[in-house]
Amino acid sequence: MANDVVDGVADQGAVDHGRRRFLTATTAVVGGAGALTAIVPFIKSWEPSERAKNAGAPVLADISKIEPGQRLAVAWRGQPVWVINRTPALLATLPQVANRLKDPKSANADQQPNYAQNDTRSLKPEWLVVVGICTHLGCSPEFVPDIKPEPFDPDWKGGFFCPCHKSRYDIAGRVFQGVPAPANLVIPPYKFVSDKQIMIGVNPEGAA
Amino acid sequence: MANVFSSIGNWVNERAPGMMPMYRKHMTDYYAPKNFNFFYYFGSLAMLVLVNQILTGIFLTMFYKPGALTAFDSVEYIMRDVQWGWLIRYMHSTGASMFFIVVYLHMFRGLMYGSFKKPRELVWLLGMTIFLVLMAEAFMGYVLPWGNMSFWGAKVIISLFGAVPFIGDALVQWIMGDFNPADATLNRFFALHVIALPLVLLLLVVLHIAALHEVGSNNPDGVEIKKKKDANGIPLDGIRFHPYYTVKDLFGVGFFLLICAFIIFFQPTLGGWFLENDNFIPANNLVTPAEIKPVWYFTPFYAILRVIPDKGLGVLAMFASIIVLFLVPWIDRGVVKSIRYRGLGYKIALSVFVVTFLLFGAIGEGKSSEWIQKIFGSSADVSGIEMHFGWFLLVCYFGFFLFLWAYTRFGYEKTKPVPERVTTHA
Repeated sequence: MANDVVDGVADQGAVDHGRRRFLTATTAVVGGAGALTAIVPFIKSWEPSERAKNAGAPVLADISKIEPGQRLAVAWRGQPVWVINRTPALLATLPQVANRLKDPKSANADQQPNYAQNDTRSLKPEWLVVVGICTHLGCSPEFVPDIKPEPFDPDWKGGFFCPCHKSRYDIAGRVFQGVPAPANLVIPPYKFVSDKQIMIGVNPEGAA
Repeated sequence: MANVFSSIGNWVNERAPGMMPMYRKHMTDYYAPKNFNFFYYFGSLAMLVLVNQILTGIFLTMFYKPGALTAFDSVEYIMRDVQWGWLIRYMHSTGASMFFIVVYLHMFRGLMYGSFKKPRELVWLLGMTIFLVLMAEAFMGYVLPWGNMSFWGAKVIISLFGAVPFIGDALVQWIMGDFNPADATLNRFFALHVIALPLVLLLLVVLHIAALHEVGSNNPDGVEIKKKKDANGIPLDGIRFHPYYTVKDLFGVGFFLLICAFIIFFQPTLGGWFLENDNFIPANNLVTPAEIKPVWYFTPFYAILRVIPDKGLGVLAMFASIIVLFLVPWIDRGVVKSIRYRGLGYKIALSVFVVTFLLFGAIGEGKSSEWIQKIFGSSADVSGIEMHFGWFLLVCYFGFFLFLWAYTRFGYEKTKPVPERVTTHA
C-alpha cells in the first residue's frame, strides 16, 4: 500500500502493491506485444505463396479459329476466362436490354479495366473477354447465346445464365436486375498481341 | 489375481489420488433425473459418433494423400485397394451425417424441455459453439476428397467471406492461399480438419459436460431434482449415471449402430444425400456441377443465403440465423422449462420453427423447385415463387425468436402448474 512506502522505498517485509501492479502490467504488455508479433508469420503463411503468384502469370490465347457466336475457354490463374466472338445480331441486343440491367454503364470500376468501361465492355466490339465466374458465389455461368425465349427469361436476348442461383447476364456480362449476383462479370486485363492472338493478364501498352 | 488388481489400483491411487473421486463425480455419483426419455439418447450418441470419427479418421489419414493432384486418387485407392478401406471411409462419411442428425435432435430436445434456461445457459453456449465448430469441421472434411463438389463447395463457401466490407477480397485470397481453391487450400483444410478442429471439439465437449455436471441435467418435466433431496443429500428423483444410464445408453447405441450399419452396408451414399454424386468426379475448376448445393445438413442455412437476392444481406442473414440460437436463453424469458407445462403459443411456435427449418432444407436441397413445378405447372416462374416463399419462411424463422421474446416478456404465456417432482409414469 502507498502508506507503506517511505520516500519511494518500501519497508522491509511490506508488499509494494503499486510497484507489483506496474511490473505485472508492463510484463503483460511487453509479453502480449511479443506474442502478437509472433503471430504475424503464421498469418502471412496463409497468403498466396511465391509459386502461386508466379502461376498467376499472363497467358496467350489463339483467337483465329473462333467462329462468330462461338466461345473459347482459357484458364488464367485457375479461373475460366472466356473469349467470345460476338455476332452483329448479339451486339445489337446490348442497347435493348440496358433498362433491365443493374449496372448498364459499367459504372462499378472494380469489374473491368477502364479500357473496357464502354458500351460493349471490350477493346474491340466483337471480342468479349470475360472471367466466367458468377459474381454472386463464384459458380461458372452457362453460355446461352441464342436469342430465343428461355425458361428463366421469356425475353432472352443471349448471354449467361448461372445454374446455381439463377443469376442472368447479357452478352456483355452485365448483370440483370432481380437476381442474386451483385455486379457485372469481371473483365480481366488483356491486350491484342495481333489480330490472331490475345494476351490475358496484362494491360495494353499505355493503358493503366 | 484380485490382489494384483487392487495393489495396482492402490499404487495409482497413492500417486494420483484425484482420479477415483473424478470418476465417481462424473459416473457413479452423478445423479441424473430418473425420467429421461427417448430424446436423452442423443448426447451420448453424439460422443459415440465423435469417437467413431476420430478412430476412422486416424486410419483414413494413413492412406489419404492431401494435395490437389493426389487427394482424389488416394480416396479411390482407399475405396478400391486398401483392405476394408471402403468400410472405414463409409463409416467416416456416414458418421458425418449421423453426427448432424443426433446433434440436431439433441438441440431440439434442448428447445423442447428448456434445457438452455437458467442455470444451464453456459451448457447451451458451449453446445452451440460445438455446433459451430462442427460445421467448420464437416465443411473442411467435405473438401478433402477433392471431388468436383468439394472444389465448388469450397469456392462458394469461402466466397461468402468476400461479403466482409473492405477486406473481403483479400480475406478470400488469404483463406484460399491462391486465387482459387487450390493445393494450398486443400492442405490447410486437411491440417485444420485432422488436428486443429478436433482438438478444439474435444476440449469443448469436455467443457460442455463439465458445465452440465456442475448444474445437473434437466429432464422432460423441467423440474430441478436438486431441490428435493433425501437425508443423505441425494436427489429423490435422481439415479446414478453409472450403471443406470450407461446401460440405457448402451441400448440406444445398439439400435443406433443397427441403423448406421444398414446405411454403411446398403446405402452408403443414401441416394446422394450423404455423399453427393458430383463428388465422385474429380475437381475441375472450369466446369461447375449442374447444381452446387451443400450436403443435407447445411441446406437450411444455405437456403437462407439463397433466398435473399443481395449477397451481403444474404450472408448476414445466414450468420444471424445461427447466432440468434446462441441468444435463446436470453430471448426466452419464460420461467417454465418443459414444453409439457408451457403455453399453447410455445408449442405452436416451436412446431412452426421446426417445419420452417425443414422447408428451408428442402429449398437448399433444390427439392422445392420440383414441388413448385408440380403445383403451379411447368411454365411457372419457379425462382420467383421460391424466393417469395423463402421470404415467408425467413419471417417464420426469425419471427419465432421475436414471438418467443414478446410472448414471455409481456406475460402472454399461460403456463400449467409444474409438479414438485418428476412424473414417474410408474
